Amino acid sequence: MNVNRTALDLWVGAFVAIGVGAILFLALKVGNLVSIGSTPGYRIEARFDNIGGLKLRAPAKAAGVVVGRVERIRLDPATYQAVVTIKIDHGYEFTTDTIASILTSGLLGEVYIGLDAGGDSKMLPDGGKLTKTQSAVILEKLIGQFLVDKAASANGSGK
Amino acid sequence: MLSAVANGVADVLRRLGGGAFAAIGRLGYATRFCVAVALETPAAFARLHLTLREIYFSGVLSLIIILVSGLFVGMVLALQGYDVLQRYGADESLGVLVALSLVRELGPVVAGLLFASRAGSAITAEIGLMKATEQLSAMEMMAVDPLARVVAPRFWGGVISMPLLAALFSTMGVFGAYLVGVRLIDIDPGAFWGNMKAAVDFRYDIVNGIIKSFVFGIAVSLIAVFEGYDAKPTAEGVSTATTRTVVESSLAILALDFVLTVFMFRGFT
Repeated sequence: MNVNRTALDLWVGAFVAIGVGAILFLALKVGNLVSIGSTPGYRIEARFDNIGGLKLRAPAKAAGVVVGRVERIRLDPATYQAVVTIKIDHGYEFTTDTIASILTSGLLGEVYIGLDAGGDSKMLPDGGKLTKTQSAVILEKLIGQFLVDKAASANGSGK
Repeated sequence: MLSAVANGVADVLRRLGGGAFAAIGRLGYATRFCVAVALETPAAFARLHLTLREIYFSGVLSLIIILVSGLFVGMVLALQGYDVLQRYGADESLGVLVALSLVRELGPVVAGLLFASRAGSAITAEIGLMKATEQLSAMEMMAVDPLARVVAPRFWGGVISMPLLAALFSTMGVFGAYLVGVRLIDIDPGAFWGNMKAAVDFRYDIVNGIIKSFVFGIAVSLIAVFEGYDAKPTAEGVSTATTRTVVESSLAILALDFVLTVFMFRGFT
């Protein structure tokens, strides 16, 4: 109870300082505050027949390196294709014949967009469209296909 | 015989009704008290040294228990999380698991529970004892408003301390998980920090966690000062009030946590 005023101020000041420090640590080291906001970059669009489990802010990776993030996903009502807007970080450029595919890291991992640059000499401008895309692999369809094939081959051998 | 049964039933009903009336009356009193404390807010900041003193007692003196608990909770989370994650080959997501559970839930909730038992009970006991020894009446007699002089600084001291303590708890937890995950189990530190950073969103996870701890701070501090102020001015009354503070704060934290989580983190729309 007998803490004098100066010592008390010192203690409270230190407490508030390390508390704010902890919030800063959480924001900068644990969270991704830095990547939020206005990282300079440009946008490209890609159309997919099926995006599977792709979500907003999913990474776009080239050769496994994160080069951008999914910014917007919408359905084109005319073609019934998903239009994905990807924000590519400043400093990365991709050729116009880049192939975008929707991939999953590991069996249970996150869904991301893989970008494979082609051999074209022209680069995609801001707002450019990727024409070559590969849709997500839907596991259920794959299993269904596998079962049909299996059944067909079992019928064939049974005869 | 029949009349005895009827009397018994009537007695039970009467007691239920009386209890309900008392509870509703207490709720009304508590609400009135909340408004009165809120109106005394300027007083708590006009005499800042009173509030600073309370931050010292509820915040600084709770540091040890918060830091040590956070460290151990983080280390246990890392061990348990690793045990499950490595079965799916996802042991590099350990940082994500620990950081998200701490920042979203365990940081605010466990820090809140510890704060309620460490600081909340002390506030109740202090105010209750002041009331029992008639210090509050003496203040009133000297035209000093005990709400402004005693209650509001304690309330604001708690409200300010709580988010800082929760953030420190989460930070220590992440550090504990780092010690166990990277130093002991030997997970790649790049994957530990990198995955964590990629998965924890500042606005969505961290800010929501801070909002939670802030709400818990308000709830715990209000309950603590109210129970103290409302305590029967006897030794037994003070002890009952202290117990009630811990019980009610814990229940309030857990119930509020559910409500807040429904609004903040529902994965469905």
